[in-house]
Parts: sequence; C-alpha cells; structure tokens
Amino acid sequence: MRSLRRLLTRMANSAARRAEEDRMREEIEEHLALLTAENIRAGLSPAEARRQALLKFGGVEATQEDYRAERRLLVIEHLVQDVRFGLRMLRKSPGFTGVAVVTLALAISANAVVFGLMDALVLRPLDVPEAETLWGTRYGIDTGFQSYPNYLDLRDRNRTFEGLAAFSFAFVGLDTGKHPSLASGFATTGNYFDVLRIEPHLGRFFHASDEHGPGSAPYLVLSHAYWHGRFQDDPGVVGRTVLLNKHPFTVIGVAPPGFRGTLLFVSPDFFMPIVNQGQVDGENALPARGTQAIFEVLGHLKPGVTPEQAVADVSAVGAYLEKTYPKEFGQKSFSLAQPGLTSFGGPVRAFMTGLMLLAGLILLAACANLGSLFAARAADRSREVALRLALGSSRARILQQLLTEAVLISLAGGAAGLLGSIAVMRRLSTWQPFPAAPIHVPVSLDAKTYAVAFVLAVVSGLLFGIVPVRQVLRANPYEVVKAGPSGRTGRRWTLRDALLVVQIAICAVLVTSSLVAVRGLVRSLHGDYGFEPGKAMLVSTNLAMAGYRADQVLPMQDRMIAAMETIPGVEKAGLVNSYPPLVYGAGTRVKAYKEDTADLRPSNVASVPYRYEVSPGYFQAAGTAVLAGRTFSAHDGAEAPAVAVINRTLAGQMFGSVAGSVARHYRLQDGTRVQVVGVVEDGKYRSLTEEQPPAMFLPARQSPSSKSWLVVRSTRDPQQLAGAIRSELRALDAGLPAAIDTWNNLLDVVLFPSRVATMALGVLGLMGAMLSITGVFGMAAYSVSKRLRELGIRLALGAQRRQVLSAALGRAVRLLALGSAAGLLLGVLASRVLAFVVYQATPRDPLVLAGVVLAMSLLGLLATWIPAQRALSVDPAMLMRDE
Amino acid sequence: MKRKSPVPQGTLALMVLKTLDVLGPQHGYGIARRIEQISGNLLALNQGTLYPVLLKLEQEGAIDSDWGASENNRRARFYRLTREGRKRLQAETRDWEHTAAMIGRFVDVKPEDLS
Repeated sequence: MRSLRRLLTRMANSAARRAEEDRMREEIEEHLALLTAENIRAGLSPAEARRQALLKFGGVEATQEDYRAERRLLVIEHLVQDVRFGLRMLRKSPGFTGVAVVTLALAISANAVVFGLMDALVLRPLDVPEAETLWGTRYGIDTGFQSYPNYLDLRDRNRTFEGLAAFSFAFVGLDTGKHPSLASGFATTGNYFDVLRIEPHLGRFFHASDEHGPGSAPYLVLSHAYWHGRFQDDPGVVGRTVLLNKHPFTVIGVAPPGFRGTLLFVSPDFFMPIVNQGQVDGENALPARGTQAIFEVLGHLKPGVTPEQAVADVSAVGAYLEKTYPKEFGQKSFSLAQPGLTSFGGPVRAFMTGLMLLAGLILLAACANLGSLFAARAADRSREVALRLALGSSRARILQQLLTEAVLISLAGGAAGLLGSIAVMRRLSTWQPFPAAPIHVPVSLDAKTYAVAFVLAVVSGLLFGIVPVRQVLRANPYEVVKAGPSGRTGRRWTLRDALLVVQIAICAVLVTSSLVAVRGLVRSLHGDYGFEPGKAMLVSTNLAMAGYRADQVLPMQDRMIAAMETIPGVEKAGLVNSYPPLVYGAGTRVKAYKEDTADLRPSNVASVPYRYEVSPGYFQAAGTAVLAGRTFSAHDGAEAPAVAVINRTLAGQMFGSVAGSVARHYRLQDGTRVQVVGVVEDGKYRSLTEEQPPAMFLPARQSPSSKSWLVVRSTRDPQQLAGAIRSELRALDAGLPAAIDTWNNLLDVVLFPSRVATMALGVLGLMGAMLSITGVFGMAAYSVSKRLRELGIRLALGAQRRQVLSAALGRAVRLLALGSAAGLLLGVLASRVLAFVVYQATPRDPLVLAGVVLAMSLLGLLATWIPAQRALSVDPAMLMRDE
Repeated sequence: MKRKSPVPQGTLALMVLKTLDVLGPQHGYGIARRIEQISGNLLALNQGTLYPVLLKLEQEGAIDSDWGASENNRRARFYRLTREGRKRLQAETRDWEHTAAMIGRFVDVKPEDLS
C-alpha cells in the first residue's frame, strides 16, 4: 500500500517539477543559513562559518540529486531525458534522420503490404463458421474441376465429410423488368448453404430438399453486395420474380453481408441451384461424367477426422470411379485443399512466400544500411561519448541513449511506412483488375498488420541500434579526448564495410530479379501467340440468355458474323465457341487417339490437344497462319464428314510431319474418326508459360453452342468499332446482352500473374536500388568527411585529382563492386524460381546481365557523385586554418 | 579525537520519526541538530542526507509539512508526525527492540550456553 502510494506520487511528480525544485532549494538554503549562524555564534568568522556549514551538510549537488531521485521515477526521468536529447540530436542532423526514416519507411511499408496480402490470401480462412474443418477436394494436380456425376459419387460414397457441397460459375443476363444486365454468380448444389452453416440475412436459402431433378428449383439467393447495389437494400425483393436468360426465377433470400462465396478472389452476385443451370445455359452439361462442370467440391470434416484420413477416404472413392468408368475418369488422384484457393492455392502461396522473402530481404538491407549509418554516426560522436564517460556517465546510460535514438527513428519510420502501406492497401482493396469479371483482392488492414509493422519497426530499430554498441563499450575516454576523433582509421575491414557489402548484395539480387521479370514480361508481350491480338475485338454472347432454342443458334450466329462484316473497316469476322485462346485462362483439353486405335483406354491416348470449335472465318480473323491444306468452309456442316484443322505440334505427334498430315485421319475422345484438312501454326492457348501445346480446331457448324465469341479484325480504332458492333447487334436482337472488348485487354487476365509479379519485383527492385544508393552515399560521404584533412594535405602537396579520388572513394567503390558481384550471382540463382511465374524468365540473358552491371555502376556513380565533388573541392588552406 | 560512527542503514527514518514524536513539529535543521544531540554527538551525519529521507517519509504519509517561521524569522519548512507516522513509529520501535534484543543475545552468548 505504502509503496503504491509512493509510486503514484512519484509518477505525478515526474510530470510536474518546478515548484518542488524551488522548495528543495529554499529548504537547503535555510538549513545552511541556520548552520552558519550557529557556527558564527560559536566564534568562527563568517566565511569559515559558511565553509564549515557546507562541510557539515555534505555535497549540496549530491543531496539535490538524491532528493530528485527520491522524488520522481528515475527510469521515466531518464527516458524523457533521452527522448528529448535524442530528438534534439536528430533535429541537428536532418539529412541523417531523413535518410534513416525514409529507408525504414520503405522497408516497413513493403513488409506491411506483403504481410497484409499474405494474411488476406493465405493465412485468413474463408469468412464462414468453423472454417478450420472446412476442406475442398482436389482432383488431379492443381485443378478443382470435376463432373457432376463424380461429385454425386464423392458425396454419397465418402465417410469422412459431414456433407459435401459443390459449385460452378453462372454468367447470366439478369432482367428485373427494366433492362437486362450481365451478372455473375455461383450455381451451387442445394445443400451449399447448409454445408457451410450459413444463415440468411433475409428470407430463406434453398436446400437439398428443393432439388427434384433438372430445372426443378427456380430460386435465386442474392449476395448482400448485389442486393445493396442493384436493389438498394429493398427488403421487398424477397418473393419477386426476375428473369435469368429469360427464365423466371424467384428471389427467396439474401446472403449475410460477410459472405462472399467460397472463392477468395471472386465475389458472386447471386447463388442459384446447380440443377437449374442447364435451363439457364441452354445446354445441360450436368449428366455427362467426362465434363468439368463443377468448379469446386467442399465440406466440413466429421468431428475427430484428420485430413489424412479424409484423403485416404476420398482416394478410395477415386479408385472406385476409375475402375468403374475407365473411359471418362482419368488416372488422377484426389487430395484435399484449402477452400477458396483450390486451383490456385499452390501458385498463390508460392508467390506470396517469394514476395515475403524478398520483402524480408528489403528489411534486412535497410537494417544493414541503417546499421552502417549508425556505426558511422557513433564514430563521429566518439568524442561526445568519451566526454560523457569522462564526466562520470555510465556506459549503460550512454547505450540507453543511443538505443533510444535508434528506436525513435524506427518508430518514425514505422509510422511513415504504415501510412504508406495503408494507402497502398486502400488502392488494392478497391482494385478491379478486370472490369468484366467480379474479381477483387480481399485485403484489409487489421490490428494484426499494425502489430506486425510495429514489431518489425522496433525489432529492426534495436537491431541496427546495437551495431555501435561495441564501439561505445570499447571507447577509452582518455585516449579519445587526448588524440581527437580521427585517432583510428587504420582498421582494414570493419563491421561497417561488411554490412555495406551485405546490403549491396541484397540490393543487387533485387535489381537482378526485377530486371529478369521485366524482360520476361516484355518478351511475353511481344511473344508469338499463334494469333494476332492487336486490332482484334472480341464479342462475347450467349444466345441462351436471349432465349434462343438450339436449332435457332446457327442461323443467328451466321447473321451476327455477316453483320460484323458489313461494318466499314472490318476485314474479317469469325466465331469461336466457348472461349478464344488465352481469354480468362480457359481452354479445354481432350484426348485424341490414332486412327488405328480400337481400345480407347487412357493408356492409348496419342495426344491431349486443346479443342476449339470455330467458324470458317476464324483463322483469318484471328490472324492464324495456315501452313498446309485448307481451313473450313460453309460446306463443313452437320451432314458433311467430320473434319479438323490441327496445329503443327499435333501434326507432329499424330503423323510425324506437317506436309504428311493433310487428308489423314485420327480419332476423337468418343471414337469419332475425323479427317485433317489443314495444319496451322502453333500457339499459346491457356497460359503464356506453356510449351508448344497441341491443339485442334473443329467446325463450329458440326457442334454448335449458344455460348460463343466473335472475333472481329479491322483497321479501325477499337473504341469506335465497339460502338458500331453494339449497334449492329442491337439491330439484330435488342434483348441480347453482349460483352465487347479488345483481345489485348482480355489477354491481361492471362498476363495478370506475370504482370503482378513484375510489378511487385519492379517496386522491390526500385527499393533495393534506392537503398543501395543511400548505403553507398552514406559510406562515401562519411569516408570523405573523415579524411578531409588528409585529402587537403595531399592536394596541397600536389596530388592529382585521380589520386585524391581513389584515396577518398576507392574503398566505397571496391565494396560496391564486391557486393554487386555477389548479388548478381545470387540473383541469377534466385531467378530460376521466377521462371514459374514469369514467361521466359531466364537470368542467363546477356541483356539482363549487362543491365544489372550497368544499373549497379550507375547507382554507384550517383551515390558517390556528391562525396566526390566534396573531396575534389577541398581547399587545403582553409582546412589547415581550421585545425 | 572521538570516533564517530556512520548512520546504520535504514535507521535514519526511525530517528526522524522519534525526534518528531518527542519534540513535536521541527524544521530540517532542528531535526538534524536533535539527532546529533540525542546520539551524544557520536553520529557522523551528513545533514543533507536527511532531506531525501524526509521526502520519502512525507510521500509515504508518515509525516506532513508546512511552511512556518524559523527562529531567525525566515521561512522554514516544518515537519510533523501524522497518525499513520505514529503507528509506524510504534511498529518500527517494536521491530528495532526485537532486533536489538536478538543481536544482544548473540553478542552475549557464551560457549556453555550452547552445549
């Protein structure tokens, strides 16, 4: 009790000080006066009386110190002192402070942003109840695609999941009675919400009991965001009927605000029963076992079941399916995956880990940088330190002071960095990389990120703050005060130099990898895709959305192609079913057999080409070169023999040569015998990193689909053309929703990963470059200022400029060269990793190597320029006078 | 010359409290004089060390202080014992007597006492 009261009083006293100080002084004065008076009474002279009084009292200053120590809390007192002194010292050298704070702010913000992304994409589970037991199933290496019948078997035959739900995507024209607009959502199994244990915000959800075969559940659940945006939070929407692709659906409920489906990157507008998807799309893909109608299957594990048990269980079902349906079911294994990232979990995680590593390197480089700055500063202040030691300060006290300064800087840097990262995150969370797709990056800064940034700042502050500790501990006040600060410069290899080399090496790694990435991206932009995306517009339509029946599809598509070709400036228009190459990373691969294969088993597959169904004008419109034979004509219809155009790779795999393949035959997945009528050049179909995949093109007339893309090649400006295309389509059918974009824009989706990687690496590389500039600059400026006197004498004695420069900056340049070489080597090794993300990322590219060397030398030049000028402009006479 | 002993650790507070208890309110100088007087001038007291002790006691609530006039009519700070201080004095006196008695017995101990 007593000590608590004292503590509180002392804390209060630490805040308010003046009055107390006066009281103490007055009391002591009075005491001394009384003592003196008594001594005078005893017969001493006034002066001697005063002296004796002082002796009797003891050291006045010491008493005052004791008194102060007693009165307030010393720790706080010292801290306040240190902070004030530190702030004063930092204000006195704004250059140093600025460089240090900016360096740290860069590093901290890079780390905070990367951590925020990591948290959002990898660490944070989906925002659903009990997410820890929720798992997705994976079929094959890294794809979630599987067919609906496979899903049903998996759902009914597994023994480890409480329930399994599945979903795929639905892109529809949604008509509320006014104007139809495109909307995208999930087509889910009836048990979806029950499996996820989600409660509706409004109305009700659909359940497994609502499913009674195809088209039996015309119900619609809206996402909260879509309800808010499209229906203005109108609670009366429940019970209303809306049209999906002209088919009536009843809105039965609204999902809760936090629920954005079960994919991290995608926020669906609505949820509809998967049994009704066929009705909306106009073609029912659900019953076929060989399709990939399901995007992801997921569910909660039963209590007490481990993921390993679940994998074994699911694999057993897979083995059963493989045995029962050898034709449709490939030799792929089942496994479990983190839901939300199913098909891109691996790459995203790898990318984030890589980014985290690089950001960590940045922080390390910044710490090394600041460490050498602080060491230099401590060396400059060795006189001050020596003086304080000589005056009786303890080493611990001096260290505390230095550390306080370091932490002050790190806190300022951390705060600035956090502000920067908040700005970046704001941009990211509202960023929609593709206007047409409901894709967003779900980042938000939360307490966790703040905490990480704070801890990083303090830890790095302590890290670079302790660099000069050794210097202080070894300081000998007597020596320093006697000899002056420049007493010891003879050491060959200091900690500071090592730090600088490490830092430059790290920066060179970053610069190397960013150059590799940039070069890869540039190459992929000018790569050979097997078609010419420039000057080509893509028009996506789904005739099922406008209520066309299957037999009306072909004539309408013919009319659309013809209408496109009447637009002035259009050279050619063609059509491709499903998706064109490199759009949305979609692309279907099918099995193909040689003509003489009778047994269509998976082991007899000759090739697994991409399959496209195209109109006669497609090749010309897409700009794909024909190498041999012909393309399709209007005569290749339903009654004509089955024909195909194949690419060079498939020709090689099937028949050995391009010339020898025309007029030959091969078999499709279902055994159909097709004749090759032409061979076209190779290309890229699903991603830019794939190597020369095989592909085949079949006539769209022989397998019509209501979902198709028009390819329109013209000589006109895309913007004007888009307007013309829209009005032509409206003239044909005003109720048909269409999405129009340039092929190049749509390529962005495919380029997205490498673009993001390049952007991230570019930013990190830039940071690395800035760090190495500040590092080398600090070192060079310091060594020049240290040796200014020596340089002056040399100049006075007639040294050449070159000699002076090499004396002043030789070490900095040597360190730079050493660090760069090490970094370049490491960077080349690190870039192998990049090859997974970035197209044609090869570090053994002379241009990249030359670029790194050039960049590092330019950086060196830039960083040593000012110190060099200073060294050269030394005026010996002035310097001599100074000393 | 008389040998003066230093003030034993932690006893100064007790001396201060006792002085104030016996003589009523005193200023710092007075307390110092009295302590020296009572100890028969055998204590080597640096009078300045008194002040941190006074402050500590005041912060702990054992004493209180007010401005008043000293003998030569100058402003001086007068300290007096509070109720809590009186209680503390009793407690510490008891403690001290215990300790003194115990040490006394140790000092007086003879070999035959322990056999």
